[in-house]
Amino acid sequence: MIDKLMYYFSFPLVRYALIVGLLIALCSSLLGVTLVLKRFSFIGDGLSHVAFGAMSVATVVDVTVKQVASGDNPVARGLTKIIENTNSMVIVLPITLIAAILLLRTGQNTKIKGDAALAMISVGSLAVGYMLINMFSASANVSGDVCSTLFGSTSILTLTIGEVWLSVALAAVVIAVFLIFYKQIFAVTFDESFAQATGVRANGYNLLVAVITALIVVLAMNLVGSLLISALIIFPALSAMRLFKSFRGVIICSAVISVICAGTGLIASILFSTPVGSTIVTADMAAFFIFTIIAKILKRS
Amino acid sequence: MAEQLICRNVTLGYEGIPVTEGLDFTVSSGDYLCILGENGSGKSTLVKALLGLIPAMSGEIIRSGEIAGGVGYLPQQTVVQRDFPASVREIVRSGCIRKAGLRPFYNREEKALAEENMARLGISELAGRCYRELSGGQQQRVLLARALCATGHILLLDEPVTGLDPKAQADLYELIAQLNRSGVTMIMVSHDVSAVRYASHILHIGSREQLFFGTRQDYLASRLGQSFLITETGDAGGDEADAEIEQPEPECSGVSAKAAAAAAAGAGLLAVGTGAAIYKYVKRGEQSDR
Repeated sequence: MIDKLMYYFSFPLVRYALIVGLLIALCSSLLGVTLVLKRFSFIGDGLSHVAFGAMSVATVVDVTVKQVASGDNPVARGLTKIIENTNSMVIVLPITLIAAILLLRTGQNTKIKGDAALAMISVGSLAVGYMLINMFSASANVSGDVCSTLFGSTSILTLTIGEVWLSVALAAVVIAVFLIFYKQIFAVTFDESFAQATGVRANGYNLLVAVITALIVVLAMNLVGSLLISALIIFPALSAMRLFKSFRGVIICSAVISVICAGTGLIASILFSTPVGSTIVTADMAAFFIFTIIAKILKRS
Repeated sequence: MAEQLICRNVTLGYEGIPVTEGLDFTVSSGDYLCILGENGSGKSTLVKALLGLIPAMSGEIIRSGEIAGGVGYLPQQTVVQRDFPASVREIVRSGCIRKAGLRPFYNREEKALAEENMARLGISELAGRCYRELSGGQQQRVLLARALCATGHILLLDEPVTGLDPKAQADLYELIAQLNRSGVTMIMVSHDVSAVRYASHILHIGSREQLFFGTRQDYLASRLGQSFLITETGDAGGDEADAEIEQPEPECSGVSAKAAAAAAAGAGLLAVGTGAAIYKYVKRGEQSDR
């Protein structure tokens, strides 16, 4: 078994996958605590659907530009090259960011309630995304494309070194923001009106959280695919909340759980050749049940 | 006594539509002002204005230098807080957030201030406990300690006794009165009659305008005060209605926590089932492509 692992880890692609996977797990778990406590558990889910829609838009743009220019036009060639090099992130990231900000705005404006708006945007973008990808497909294997976007079955094993550095940079930004604004994030999560009254710009921090969520969702699409992102965000936070009683404890524990689960999930998926995303989520689920049982036992004694 | 807060002919409202007009009152240092009013009379709008979150549409609100740095605020409890995993110490320290500014962590002085305020409210032994495990009265003490960390000059309490049992209500009123005697100015928003007993001044606002402002003695002697006290104490049905309105909140929190869990579980199951099936399908597709 160890030989098999050693063999696999001699490939740089597998090493990249592990690095990116652990970083994403760390970031999403940090943010997950805030999102779950603020009753935004579904925002990850909604944004991931938006990201799926954006991904199909990127595919369509790529194909159309290629068709129109038929390879002669240097501008078009440059454009397709940019899209391909960044794994469509140039298109996916801005769209997801805008959706995150919009969702947050609708939360404050009560004409359409937050959860309804979320459901609307997420289902809508899923439908449009699937339609686009069906109408202008780049390859013959449409369902394969859809599945790998939704469940991230292969894309984490096809990361380039550029993408790895991009992920490292984004993860560094997320962690730095979290460390620097830890106090404010705690205050705004616990009690928005008090924070506002004491001069913390609560809306600004809500926006910050939305932007970071969007970043993480786009990042995590590579790892677990867009459908399973909310699991990556919610599970570690919920598990940690079973046991720990201070905010700091919950955050640290949730980060540790998430990293361990992502690590074991990745290695297990290599060993038993199961799909990466669902294996990681299964590990997260197992951790959740273990923590629930431990909490029950501790309560009784 | 030094005047801390002066409202001169203030009109408040949203998007150009006035909610209350002609607010005219003064709060001096050491006062205990009780703001009374029915639901929808603009109490919460006034609270926001006093906190500086919304501007006055006309008139002016003058703050003395002492309270320009902020007001210690005790907001109404939200659903989010009831099952929040945070220690008492963490919450009390978060009151120092303005003092700490953009510094990532609290310094020794701020931590000492937090400990001091916990001792002042008799919750030092709860410091390591989890907020969600405390009783309602203890939770309010924690939030009071946090407000005192923000400023020791003036506290603004928004319906502080809502949801507490009568014993805890009396204790909390006593504690607030005690803080007031030690020199903290109090502004308390309430629709509870027993709040009047401790106050030095009363501000009663009606549906559009200010009905009364003056000392407690004057208020009790006035017709308005007497009718308010009689209707409120004689009408037990009103309290029950309040209780019914407030009850659904804990259920809501339960539902959303369950929803989160369900979302997670759903995503997880989907992952295992569909993921495995589709993975095989895609693999087969790849093989046939070759």
